[in-house]
Amino acid sequence: MATRDEIADAIAGMTLFADLARPQLLGVASRFEEAFFPKDARVLRQDLTGSGFYVILDGEADVIADGMKRATLARGDFFGEVSVLLGEPPIADVVATRPLRCIVLGGPAVEGFLVDHPRVMYRMLQAQARRLRGANQRFAAE
Amino acid sequence: MTVADPQERPFPPGEYPIIVVGSGPGALQTSYFLSRLGIEHALLSADPGAGGMFRRWPFFQRLLSWTKPYAPAERSSRAFERWDWNSLLALEPELRGIAAEFMDGTSDFPSRPEMEENLVAFAERAGVRARYGCRWQSTRREETADGDRFILTTTDGEYRCRFAIFAVGVAEPYSPSTPGIELAVHYADTRDAETYAGKRLFIIGKQNSGFELASGLLQWASRISLSSPSPAKTSIETHSLVGVRARYVQPFEDSALGGGVDILSASIKGISRAPSGALMVALERSDNAMPMSVEADEVIAATGFTCPLVDLPALGVATFGQSKLPAQTEFWESATVPGIFFAGTITQGSAGLKKHGIPPNSGALHGYRYNARVLVREIGRRHFGIVPERPALDARDVRDHLLSEATLAPELWHQKAFLASVVSFDTDDGVRDEGIVPLTSFLDGGGPDAVAMTIEADGTNIYPVVYVRHGGRQEEHALDADPLHDYQSLAYRRALGTILERLTAGASAA
Repeated sequence: MATRDEIADAIAGMTLFADLARPQLLGVASRFEEAFFPKDARVLRQDLTGSGFYVILDGEADVIADGMKRATLARGDFFGEVSVLLGEPPIADVVATRPLRCIVLGGPAVEGFLVDHPRVMYRMLQAQARRLRGANQRFAAE
Repeated sequence: MTVADPQERPFPPGEYPIIVVGSGPGALQTSYFLSRLGIEHALLSADPGAGGMFRRWPFFQRLLSWTKPYAPAERSSRAFERWDWNSLLALEPELRGIAAEFMDGTSDFPSRPEMEENLVAFAERAGVRARYGCRWQSTRREETADGDRFILTTTDGEYRCRFAIFAVGVAEPYSPSTPGIELAVHYADTRDAETYAGKRLFIIGKQNSGFELASGLLQWASRISLSSPSPAKTSIETHSLVGVRARYVQPFEDSALGGGVDILSASIKGISRAPSGALMVALERSDNAMPMSVEADEVIAATGFTCPLVDLPALGVATFGQSKLPAQTEFWESATVPGIFFAGTITQGSAGLKKHGIPPNSGALHGYRYNARVLVREIGRRHFGIVPERPALDARDVRDHLLSEATLAPELWHQKAFLASVVSFDTDDGVRDEGIVPLTSFLDGGGPDAVAMTIEADGTNIYPVVYVRHGGRQEEHALDADPLHDYQSLAYRRALGTILERLTAGASAA
C-alpha cells in the first residue's frame, strides 16, 4: 500500500466512503495519512488526549476498555471519531492483534473533513446509530 | 568542496558488529555516537563525500531550517540547540553548534553550500570516517550458530554484521502513475531558473517542494499553477512543520491578489500534448468533481521522494505511505525484521502518538539528531551491555529539574509529544534521571513509578505535559501555556509540585 491511487482503490469499497466519486476518494487519500502498526502496538490509548480518527485498511485490532476486550475491528471499520467529536480522551485502548494498516486524520482536521464531505458524515452517523441501537438492545436484555 | 581522499578507504569488506549505510547527517550523527560509546562499526556510502542530500538540494540552494547565531544561549551549550536546527550533536564543546561558523550573515537560513561545509567539517573534526564510493547493492540474511547475520553486498564486496542501520534518506524521486506523466519532469530534474523565463508552468503538488519552485520561479515564469486534491495549509496555520513553510508564502499572496499564480484543489486526470505543442493538464475539481484543464509550457512533478530501500522489502521490511517509509518500532528498528534499524530522515516512519495530528520533526536534522543519540544508547544497552548513565537526583530537586527541562531542553522542543525527559522513583534504586526517552516507550514499557515531561502543541498553543506512572496506572496532566514559554515561575512550581506529591513523598519515605 502506498500511493494515493492505491489508497483510493482500497477505500472505494468501504461503506463509509461508498458515496464518493473517484476525485473525492483521491481527495480523501491525500487528506488522510497511512500508518502501520505492528502486532501488539497500541493505536489508541485510553484516557490520553490528542488522538485521531482511524479507518482500517488491513489487519485487525481489539477494543479494550479497563482491561476488558469489548470488540474486534477489521478492514473498513473506523475508530477514534467519538473522542474527536466530543473533544475528550478515548474511553478504550485499541490494540493491533495483527499488523495493522490504517488511514488516519488528526483530530483537529476531522470537523473540516466531515463538513466538506457530508455523505461521509451521513454514513458515519448511520454507523453510530447502529452501535447505539446495539447498545440499547444489550442494555434491554440485561 | 572537500572530497574524501580516495586513498583513504577505511572499513574493507568483512565482518563488523554494525554496518551503517549513508553519509548524510543522520549517518554521521549515528556513527559519531556509536564511536563515542566504543561500539565498533563500519560506515559505508555510495557518495564521494559527506553531506547526503545537502550535496545537491534544496534546488534553490537555501535551507528551510534556521540557525540563529545570536540566540540567548552559548553556542556550545545544550540550550543553544533549540535555536540551531543545523548542527550535529557532540559531547565535546568545541564540536557543538558549528553551523553558525559557516554562515555569511545574510540569512538565518544557511545556504546549501554552507550546510554542506558544516557537515563536512563536523565529520573531519569529529573523526567520523566513512568508506566513500562504496554502494550498497543487496541484502540477505544468514543463520549462524552465533545468531543471524545480515550480508550486505556492495560495489566493494560483502559485509557481514549483526545489526544494520540504514540512513539512506528519502531521496528517490517519486511520480504518480498519472496518464502522460512522462511529459512532466520531476522536481529533482528542474532546470536552471532562467530557462523558465516567459513559460507557463504547471506544478503537480502543493507541498514545500512545489512552493519552493513556485517562489523561486515567480520572477521567471509567465504564469504558475499548482494543484493537488486537497487544500494547502501553511506552517503558521498548523503551528507546526506540517504545511508550507513561511519562506514560501509569496505564491499564496500572488494567488490571493490575482497576480498570476493559481493554487488549485483538483486531481490530475492526465497530461497530453496539444497540436500547438503546448501541454494540456486535465483536472477534476475536488469541490464539485467538474472537469477543467490548464494549458502549460512545462509541467513539473513536485510529488515527493521515496526511500531507496533497495531489496529490504523483499527481506520482509514492511513499508507504508507514499514515501514507502519502513514501519518502525519506537526505537527505529524495523517493525517486521529485527536487527535492521534506521537513522536520519527515515526515522519519520516512527511517528509516536502524533497527538492532535502533529508529527515529530524526525524528518528534519533538528529532530533526527536526537533520535540517533537515543537509538545508539538503546542499541548499546540492549546488545552491547553498555549501561547508560542514570544520575541520581534528590527528590526535592525533581520539580525544578523537570520545569527546567520543559523550558530549555532542545529535545523536548524539537520532538514535541515524541521525546520525553524522564525521572524514575524506584524504592530500591532511588530517584534517577533517566534522560531522554521516546514517549511511547515510557507509556508502553512499564517499570517503576516515574514521571515524563514533554512539550506539546495542539495547533493553537505550545505547553508542557506531565505523564505520571504511579502504582501501575498512568495519568496525563497538561500544564497551562505561557506566552513566553518560560515554565519556571512560581505558578508552574506549584502546579507540578501538586502533581508530583505522591511520587516524591514515596521517594522521601524510601
